[in-house]
Order: sequence, then structure tokens, then C-alpha cells
Amino acid sequence: MNIKESKRFRDIIWKSIAYIVITVFGALLIIPFFWAVSTSLKPAGQEFTYPPKWIPEPFMWENYRIALTLLPFATFLKNTVIITVFATIGSVLTASLAGYAFARLQFPGKNFLFMLCLSTMMLPYVVTLIPTFILFKFMGWVDTFYPLIVPSWFGGGAFFIFLCRQFFMTLPLDYDDAAKIDGANEWYIYSRIIMPLSQPVVITMLIFNIVNHWNDFMGPLVFLHSMEKRTVAIGLRTFLTSMTERSDWNYLMAASVATTIPILILFFVAQKYFIRGVVMSGLAGR
Amino acid sequence: MSRLPGYKRREAINAYIMLAPWIIGFIVFTAGPMIASIVISFMDWPLLQAPKWIGLGNYKFMFKDELFWISLYNTIYYTLIGVPLRVIAALCVALAMNLKLRGISVYRTIYYIPSITPAVASSIMWLWIFNPDFGLANTLLGYIGIHSRIRWIYDPALSKPSLILMSLWGIGGMMIILLAGLQGIPEQLYEAAEIDGAGLWHKFWKITLPMLSPSIFFVTIMQVISSFQVFTQAYVMTRGGPANSTLFLVLYLYQNGFEFFRMGYASSLAWALFMFVLVLTILQFRGSRYWVFYEGELRG
Repeated sequence: MNIKESKRFRDIIWKSIAYIVITVFGALLIIPFFWAVSTSLKPAGQEFTYPPKWIPEPFMWENYRIALTLLPFATFLKNTVIITVFATIGSVLTASLAGYAFARLQFPGKNFLFMLCLSTMMLPYVVTLIPTFILFKFMGWVDTFYPLIVPSWFGGGAFFIFLCRQFFMTLPLDYDDAAKIDGANEWYIYSRIIMPLSQPVVITMLIFNIVNHWNDFMGPLVFLHSMEKRTVAIGLRTFLTSMTERSDWNYLMAASVATTIPILILFFVAQKYFIRGVVMSGLAGR
Repeated sequence: MSRLPGYKRREAINAYIMLAPWIIGFIVFTAGPMIASIVISFMDWPLLQAPKWIGLGNYKFMFKDELFWISLYNTIYYTLIGVPLRVIAALCVALAMNLKLRGISVYRTIYYIPSITPAVASSIMWLWIFNPDFGLANTLLGYIGIHSRIRWIYDPALSKPSLILMSLWGIGGMMIILLAGLQGIPEQLYEAAEIDGAGLWHKFWKITLPMLSPSIFFVTIMQVISSFQVFTQAYVMTRGGPANSTLFLVLYLYQNGFEFFRMGYASSLAWALFMFVLVLTILQFRGSRYWVFYEGELRG
């Protein structure tokens, strides 16, 4: 065997070992999903057999219908959508404005304000939670959607500002200069030149807004109390509390799987933007 | 140069107008509440009644409050054991996902997906996985011949390790950040090292790790901060039990603030938490001088 062949042989061995290792661990990560889906399709009682059956018999697709109507999940979904839509508009608008100022404009105190903005990403949210709650309580906003929407209209979160700034910095300055020669001001450049070129970052912001609002737990838990105001995440928690005595794990798994699927679909549809956002968060100091 | 001073002034004014929403938001929703939080922490405020100034009363109470110390211990345990495990696991996965193998993008997706599962849904899934009688965890152990009925989150001695195990499931985000870091390492460095006869091991310690150290440092900082704020899993799965073994700081704060309506005490707990996070972060920044390598300065 010559050197070249032995190197190829070693390569194959290495690759096989690598495949086996990543497949075993990958399987361990995916099995919980199979387990949840399998349980969600079992007829009542079948989840309590030992050793467990992996394939339900028969498939109870109506578990999903039952689970999602025992509590008003349609209302929860509607509430989540309302909050997400209105918060996202504010977030995209105000974060892109701030990001544009940080990326393209010169003004006194720029570096200080930008560092201040970045540092808020490290602040534990519970530090501001109690006074914010008291503030909204006195404004009569508790048990309304305002506490979950209005803050997004004020900068939309430091991470989104950072995301916009980083993206805008990659756009060529020539565009701005050309427009300035034609007499355009900053608002014109922002709305007619920068934003139309910024579709990727806007999509990334949309996705992260949707995911954040879909998953947010502490916010709705603190601010939304009555049943008809709850979001999907809180509704799912309520469903768990209402189920524990009955231990209907098939319904619980059906509801859990059903609330996970929209996020999975979003991921597969917009994988590129998803990953880009995560990578950017790595740069942000989040 | 050719710009008029008036032009510059207009630009600055427009910049401030564009930043105004964020600046107002910062004052109303961040800076203001932070100051208010300090003030409230010196008060006895049962929300529905008028607040009463009690000076350091809340902090004195905290010192004697056994539940505070338990929750602090639990939080530190969860952080000091969980964070290193998660970072090392994410690093190993990122290294594996950086291999040039066919179909690796499918594996990347598989390793990433658990991390986007909504927290409440994954908590309920894991509640069922950890079921001592019919759960997946004991079933899998049964397949490899271990037929002990481990009680996982229902056992005070195992509840925290169980939650840490569960958190290892969701390291996908960290993996992506580290993977991006790995892909940013210039290929020439490895080529040069190979010419000098460096092996895999050597290349890992002398190139990969130093070049990746800013990313590792960053994910560690953010993991410590978020680990100190662990809440949803504990709230949904264990409600702090059994025997307060998963009573974490934020959970205890939440209970005080929104179940017992002790706004003052909850605020003092928030500041205690903030101080711990701040000190840990500063210590990490200090320590980073000795192991984090920044080539940014070289690149300019």
C-alpha cells in the first residue's frame, strides 16, 4: 500500500467514525420529538404501557382537535398574532431609524449612545420588571396588550438596532453621497435608498420578532391575566395546570407539538435569515 | 470640507430625531425603572397599599431569609455546572459540524432545531420524558440494560442535574455562533501549520482555540447572564420543588413580586441578582485577558 492509498484509507475510517458519532448524538436530540409526536397520537391510556409502544395503535389524529379546543387555543393564537403584528411594526420602524442614525450619520455623543445601547442587552430583564409592572398597573394597562406592544415602538430592542446598524454599514456610502448631491436629506435617504435595499435585515427582524413573541413567557405571564387575553405560550402552561390531575399526556403532547410546528415551519421556510440572525447575535454581545 | 456647518447641524438634529424613540424608551423602560427599582427596594410595598420607607429592611431580611440563600445556591449550582457543560458541548458539536462531510447541513439542522422549540412546549415535553414510570429517559436507559426507576426532576438530589441535562438539548444557538467563528478562521493558518508539520491536536490548541476564543468568551458571558435568569423551565415543570431544590432566584423573585405582591422585597432581590451577574461578568472580563485572543487589532 502506498502513502496515498493509506491516507485515503485513514480518511475513510475517520469519516465513518465521525458519521457514527454525529448520527448517534443527532438521534438522541431528535428522539424527544418522535416521543412527543408518538404520545400525541395515542388513544387515551396507551401512553401508560410499559415497555412503551412507539407506533400508536390506532392513530388518534383527533387528539389534536380535542387538545386545541379544550382551551380556546384559537383565541390564544389570535392574541399572539395581534401582539406580534403590532409590536413588530414598531420594532422594525424605530430600530431601523436608530440603526440608520448609528450607521450613517455623524452627531455628538454617537459612540457613547451606541455603547449605552449595546450594554442594555446584558441587563437582566427582572431588574426593570417590577417598576415597569407598577407603571403599567397605574396606567391601567395590566391585562391589556399594551405592555407587550408599546415598548417595541421605542427602539424595538437593542439587538434589532445593532442588527440594522451592522447591515446598513455594509451598504455603499456612494448611494448616500449621490443622493446628497441631488439635495436629498437624511429622511429621504433612509426611506428611499436604505430601507428598499434592506430587505434581508427586515426579514431577519420579522422572524426574530415572531419567534420572540411566540415564545415569550414572562411578559404575558406578568401582564395578561384573564383567559381570553392569553397568548399561546401562556395558554399552553394553563393547559398543563388544567391537565395535571387527569394526566392526559396524549393531549398535552398534542398541544405542545401543535405550538412547536409553526416555529419549525418558519425555520424551514426562512432558514437562511434565521441563521444569519443567530450569527449576528453572536457579534452583538447578546 | 465642502460641507457647510449648517449641513452638519441639520444632520445631527435629524440623527437625534431618529434616535428619539429609542432614547425615550431607554429613559422610560430602562433607566427610569432601574432607578425606581433601587428606591422601591428600600420600601415595604404590598402593591394594593401605600408604600412605606423601611431603609435597608428588605436587605436585612434577605440575609436571614433561608429561601433566598437556597435560591441563590440553586442558581449558582445551575450556572457553575451547567454553563461549562453547555459551552464545551456546543464547542464539540460546532467542531463536528465544521467537518467537511457530505450531508453535514442536514446534521446542522438536526442539532439546531431543539433550540428553537418554544420553552413552554419543550418544558412539557421534558416533563413527560422525565416521567419515572413511563418516560422516555428511563425507557432509553432500560434499552441499554439499566432498569432503575430514576425519579429525575422529582428527586431533590437529581432535579438540578436533570434540568441541566435538558438545557444541553438546546445548545443549537451557541453551536451556530461558534460554527460561524470556526468558519471565520483563515485557511492559510492551517496550511502554514501543516507545512511546519503540525498535527490535528497541535492545530486545535495553537490555532483553533485561540482564534475561536473571542466567540467562546462571548457565548460564555451570555450563558452566565441567561443562566442566572433561569425561570420558565422551573416555573412550568417543578414550580421550585421538590423540597425547593429548583427554586431559582428569578422564580423566587417572581413569587415575591407577583404571587405575594411584595414589590419592595422583589426589587431588592432583583438588585441582588443584578449585582451577582455584574460581578461575574466583570470577573470574566478580567480573566479574559489571560485566554482570549483578539486578532481584530491586527486586522484593523
